[in-house]
Amino acid sequence: MNLTLKIWRQEGPRAAGKLVTYQVKDISEDMSFLEMLDVLNEQLNDNGDEPIAFDSDCREGICGMCGLMISGSAHGPEKTTTCQLHMRSFSDGETITIEPWRAEAFPVVRDLVVDRGAFDRIIQAGGFISVNTGAAPEAHSVPVPKVKADRAFEAAECIGCGACVAACPNASGMLFMGAKITHLGELPQGQPERYSRVVDMVNQHDADGFGGCTNIGECSSACPKGIPLDVISTLNGDLRRSLARKA
Amino acid sequence: MTANTSELVEGLYNVGEPIADTKAPGGPIDKKWGQRKFDAALVNPANRRKLSVIVVGTGLAGGAASATLGEAGYHVKSFCYQDSPRRAHSIAAQGGINAAKNYKEDGDSIHRLFYDTVKGGDYRSRETNVYRLAEVSANIIDQCVAQGVPFAREYGGLLDNRSFGGVQVSRTFYARGQTGQQLLIGAYQALERQIAAGTVEAFTRHEMLELVIVDGRARGIIARNMVTGEIETHLADAVVLASGGYGNVFFLSTNAMGSNVTASWRAHRKGAYFANPCYTQIHPTCIPQSGAHQSKLTLMSESLRNDGRIWVPKDPADADKDPRQIPEEARDYYLERIYPSFGNLVPRDIASRAAKYQCDDGKGVGPAVEETDAEGNTRMVRRGVYLDFAEAISRLGKDAVAAKYGNLFDMYLRITGENPYEVPMRIYPAVHYTMGGLWVDYDLQSSIPGLFVAGEANFSDHGANRLGASALMQGLADGYFVLPNTIRDYLAKGPFDKVTTDNPEVTAAHKSVTDRVQQFLSIQGTRSVDSYHKELGAIMWEYCGMERTDAGLRKAIDLIRELRADFWKNVRVLGKNEQLNQSLEKAGRVADFLELGELMCIDALHRRESCGGHFRAESQTEDGEALRHDDEFAYVGAWEWGGENGAPVLHKEDLVYEAIEMKQRSYK
Ligand SMILES: Cc1cc2nc3c(=O)[nH]c(=O)nc-3n(C[C@H](O)[C@H](O)[C@H](O)COP(=O)(O)OP(=O)(O)OC[C@H]3O[C@@H](n4cnc5c(N)ncnc54)[C@H](O)[C@@H]3O)c2cc1C
Ligand code: SF4
Ligand code: FES
Repeated sequence: MNLTLKIWRQEGPRAAGKLVTYQVKDISEDMSFLEMLDVLNEQLNDNGDEPIAFDSDCREGICGMCGLMISGSAHGPEKTTTCQLHMRSFSDGETITIEPWRAEAFPVVRDLVVDRGAFDRIIQAGGFISVNTGAAPEAHSVPVPKVKADRAFEAAECIGCGACVAACPNASGMLFMGAKITHLGELPQGQPERYSRVVDMVNQHDADGFGGCTNIGECSSACPKGIPLDVISTLNGDLRRSLARKA
Repeated sequence: MTANTSELVEGLYNVGEPIADTKAPGGPIDKKWGQRKFDAALVNPANRRKLSVIVVGTGLAGGAASATLGEAGYHVKSFCYQDSPRRAHSIAAQGGINAAKNYKEDGDSIHRLFYDTVKGGDYRSRETNVYRLAEVSANIIDQCVAQGVPFAREYGGLLDNRSFGGVQVSRTFYARGQTGQQLLIGAYQALERQIAAGTVEAFTRHEMLELVIVDGRARGIIARNMVTGEIETHLADAVVLASGGYGNVFFLSTNAMGSNVTASWRAHRKGAYFANPCYTQIHPTCIPQSGAHQSKLTLMSESLRNDGRIWVPKDPADADKDPRQIPEEARDYYLERIYPSFGNLVPRDIASRAAKYQCDDGKGVGPAVEETDAEGNTRMVRRGVYLDFAEAISRLGKDAVAAKYGNLFDMYLRITGENPYEVPMRIYPAVHYTMGGLWVDYDLQSSIPGLFVAGEANFSDHGANRLGASALMQGLADGYFVLPNTIRDYLAKGPFDKVTTDNPEVTAAHKSVTDRVQQFLSIQGTRSVDSYHKELGAIMWEYCGMERTDAGLRKAIDLIRELRADFWKNVRVLGKNEQLNQSLEKAGRVADFLELGELMCIDALHRRESCGGHFRAESQTEDGEALRHDDEFAYVGAWEWGGENGAPVLHKEDLVYEAIEMKQRSYK
């Protein structure tokens, strides 16, 4: 198929950006979206134009490195990562607009690449269990009911891609943060730090310029891993309880 | 470094002095690690703050090492090329992690895990290192559970296990199809905790481009800040490389796009020996390639072989038929037929080769692709075999199959557009893991003092073939439990002389990186970096892939030399250094792959035996199985850089088996 692409080009963090139009031909529907961009980049390089910068690494939908706004949707029309979106989701002759994640907390580095370091800072604030290496008890000494383990696992599926933030009109990072709070909060090992964790993470989230959650739900519908909206309720519940404890 | 001590062998390499590991203590194998930890000197906590370690890589090996060394109180600098340590390639591992916990009471033990791993590696790994791996494996699970890794559990709340290719006990712990992700997130969180505590400094989007050696010791790295282009010097008392494997030399592999050999190769050029470079693992259960545009191959976890049955049509004329219409008697379940005791669970090298042979014989399925052989003849071949769940679905029910493998089935559907609940999957082998890597001793120290190597980047534990679920185990064993103990013995010998950035050896390293970057940008040729990478990959797969011959390898060496010369004349890298420049990043990596590829072929050529993932057509048994030659090749081939345009030097480390008897592998 042949496509018209309107792609955001921006030299660097402080440069002005604009949408530039490109044409690609003979795209096979078995290609992934990123392979289609690879084809375009080879074409640009052959013509002496600088290739478009975009992030990807695993190309298997698991590392969370890729992420584009495709015609207005985070990761495009399907519930998956950009690297696992295939061209069979598009039709011949279509015009596709491709932009980077837009959020104050995610500054553009170049073209379609953004800086998501704020997510790491949120984890640094408390998204861990404090256990020193070698000091761990025998694994079977603390059984975890399967239901809890499964819920923790579902929340732990978050790949940190940032689509939730890009999709949210407030650029809130609550789904990402709620996923971590729920993952650790469901497990017996996560209990001792449960209430300090949530306060520290929320403070960091706000300091990094993410917006508040107003229950719109765009985050969860854009999430390639289907992180459910109720992780945000878990987060809010933990936050309330921690404030009550302090009071 | 040793002088070349021999005439050129076959015009390609020299043979140098033999080498040996001198760090493993004497005594019975099950006492060695305890003894080594006891013998290793201690560093007083107050002094640890003054000692610094650079760790390149944030995968399971590097992430775990940085977190643990930070906890211990050393000053750690952690580097990765991605935007966050959480994205390291370890995240992609699907299947599971082994540990000798014997929770199933099915006869497992440290000794059995040790035995299976040495046998699985076709007796080409170092016995002492493997024993230690088995020994610490149980601690890994304890550590990860305490960190909150959500392993699969049974209803009673205890951990669940499954079995994996090449073994007959259930010792593999897993977190659905995302074990690597969950383990890495555990290590990443431990790392972020140390970053917050100030013991670890993180440098993301930084690529190590050179190793700094001062007075014969590794003392730092030169890294490029991939956002600003700044070429930075980072100095420390010791350096750890945990930079992963080099499977991307084949271009198409299951590795992440950025996986590269640069960190290891730059260290090799500075004197670190590169061991067994030709040992590549080919994974049997990948989704077949769909076209020339493809940028990578996708692995389907080998746990699928627990329930899926592998077959091809007996009659090649059936290749185009709907597989569901092919009756039982017209199918060949070739693994179950040839290897009755292991069936579909034979080790990876055997399963991979068997699939290749079926396709070579014209029994493959899926679209036919054009192929060119070494003599330049072309033919159409179908590269795929069926992995069929119909029987499992009728035995266990669709829901039970979905609970076990649902995410893998979804992934397959997404990539191929075919529904594996209804039609059998198509699979074909692909490059997956590299067992070779920088040579290390029992302490994981390379041949350069102060340079340690962990995880997939070193060579020690997997021999000529790697069993499933053992790389994750090795990465975490190295990072959490081994390195922190061995590196302290090295650091305790300090304090080392203070090195500053104006030291001549440091400025020379810095200058060489700057010059090289400028060279890439000034060639201004006509061909893209990717086009060279693809061409190199095709040569490697054809001649140094699943099956190798003397003539093919010689041809490959010539082809690679030509391609490399052309690269340095004709490559086109646009843009400038002082910005995010992905073509420039790739150019540096491909330039290193072009040198490594040649060494892999030389190593493969000199090893005239079939062994693990390395099958030499000239060395097979009467019924076509791999034939090892222990009398001639029971050694590690550790290569020393021979200088620019010089021939590499081969150092042999004899493999001594005391606790285990070498046997021919048989899975029949
Ligand atoms: C698809 C897939 C599935 C797998 N499944 C399993 C499984 O089920 N069980 C199992 O045991 N094993 C599995 N493996 C193998 C296993 O995942 C890897 O061998 C292992 O994770 C490697 O870990 P590592 O820490 O050595 O390196 P990696 O995780 O590869 O990390 C490398 C690190 O080095 C950094 N780096 C590299 N070069 C540079 C440089 N020049 N400068 C700066 N940083 C650099 C990267 O940024 C990264 O942080 C699988 C592998 C793949 C590809
Ligand atoms: S919650 Fe979903 S969308 Fe947000 S970062 Fe995690 S995986 Fe991505
Ligand atoms: S590239 Fe890893 S999730 Fe897309």
